[in-house]
Amino acid sequence: MSVVWTIARREFSAYFATPLAYVFLTAFVSAAGAMTFYAGDFFARGQADLSPFFMFHPWLFLALIPAIGMRLWAEERRSGTIELLLTLPVTTLAAVLGKFLAGWAFAGLSLALTIPMWLSVNYLGAPDNGVILASYLGSFLVAGAMLAAASCVSALTRNQVIAFILGIAVCLLLVVSGVGAITSSLRGILPAEAVDLLASASMLTRFIAIAKGVLDLRDLFYFLSLIALFLFINTCIVEFERSA
Amino acid sequence: MQLLVEVERLCKRFGSITAVDGVSFVVPAGEVLGVLGPNGAGKSTMMRMIAGSLAATSGVARICGHDTRLAPIAAKSCLGYLPEGSPLYGDMTPEGFLDFVAAARGLDRSERRKAIARVIEQLELDEILYRPIDTLSKGFKRRLGIAQALVHNPQALILDEPTDGLDPIQKGVVRRLIAAISPGKAIIISTHLLEEVDSICHRAILIARGRIAGGGTPRELHAMASNHNAVTACVEQANAQRAAESFAALPRVASTKIRIDGADAFVTATPREGAFIADAVAETLRAASIPARSLEVDSGSLDEVFARLTRQVAEAQS
Repeated sequence: MSVVWTIARREFSAYFATPLAYVFLTAFVSAAGAMTFYAGDFFARGQADLSPFFMFHPWLFLALIPAIGMRLWAEERRSGTIELLLTLPVTTLAAVLGKFLAGWAFAGLSLALTIPMWLSVNYLGAPDNGVILASYLGSFLVAGAMLAAASCVSALTRNQVIAFILGIAVCLLLVVSGVGAITSSLRGILPAEAVDLLASASMLTRFIAIAKGVLDLRDLFYFLSLIALFLFINTCIVEFERSA
Repeated sequence: MQLLVEVERLCKRFGSITAVDGVSFVVPAGEVLGVLGPNGAGKSTMMRMIAGSLAATSGVARICGHDTRLAPIAAKSCLGYLPEGSPLYGDMTPEGFLDFVAAARGLDRSERRKAIARVIEQLELDEILYRPIDTLSKGFKRRLGIAQALVHNPQALILDEPTDGLDPIQKGVVRRLIAAISPGKAIIISTHLLEEVDSICHRAILIARGRIAGGGTPRELHAMASNHNAVTACVEQANAQRAAESFAALPRVASTKIRIDGADAFVTATPREGAFIADAVAETLRAASIPARSLEVDSGSLDEVFARLTRQVAEAQS
């Protein structure tokens, strides 16, 4: 377990070795703020809550989480350091977990930097802080699931740009499968059961439920199993490449 | 004698290409094994399989008795490995990088401090400890790669081209280091430099087209050369012809050759089957009263031995 921590620590500090981390954090915080005020009508709504802030998170993550995840494996393969990593006395699963946790912690840090939003809304009125806390948790879980997917596709290539674009594609699929317009247009093509299955696999439906303050264990389980699934596939890809 | 590295019929196929084709060898404690071969012969592929970054198609590799397939963590714990080209995390500093490797290898904080201080001294890295790895010269990167392979003081060591890209002085540092740490360890190094066979290896194998084309101790390899024990005498040009004729008359001499260099002539007598002819040649010169400025015995050219063995494998396959 300490090996997971060692890898996570190295990976986390690697984010800050380049300006990318600061660019990312600035972009996330300012985009989240701008969305809330301009697209979300934060003031005109006249309500002291953060739902216009959280509603945009899955869409923001769509571009930003693949940017966090793209380097995790692609960079190791490009620079050849994967040779070092795979010959350390570390299981592949521990390496996958360590890298994922580092990325997730980074996503968590960017969420934490939006806490001023929470403080402002508390200053302006009396929001339901339980709901906001649940929303933060939901947002963090969405980020985790997307990051696991992005890490997984990052292992497929040695090119970070390809990893980024593939990551967006997979994350988009995970999000839009729950959007009403998409599901209703699919109803004409696919059998109803298939559409329902797709919609139920969507992160968006689950996230909206959590962001309303309804913290269902099943939703929690859904996100954690999605993360586990992607990390399992990630481990398989790395193992497969070792034997290819 | 404890066998620290054992390799049995190791094979690697990439699609229809067989990169490593049934290689077997053992390395006991205290031995430095040199792996030579042309580019693309399968040296690095073989080393990657033993180190565990690549899975073998078939065959077994054991490090300190641990099967790399059945007990990979135990096997990797006993092994230090310098991958080809010495890949490093360029955004880290050497200090942070060595600390990471040592921590991943399970050393606690105080052990890490001691281990890092040891390899810094062994590889003379003190002046670059806090500079980003990306900004280091090729020589420092290579030495840092060797340092990370040594940080846990492993019993078995695989170094893929440890002196590639180093200047002659640094090459000397690394060779002396390998010699100094070799007692009790099994060390496998790959190299393109035949001089390293003589200077650090106790034994060498030649890989060609994924197979072992030949091998032996440096002495045995030299003995395989056609010019092994050939004697070259430096005489005055006027005496060259006479010297060559007298050498050719000796029963153990197979052929003679004259090379003119200014006023000097170098007359070479090549023996039959590497026989020792230095005494006979010296005797002949004295008998013919030809003054010789120098007399040199050739140990045998490894270039020629390896070129011949490589060619034999290629011919056998086609």
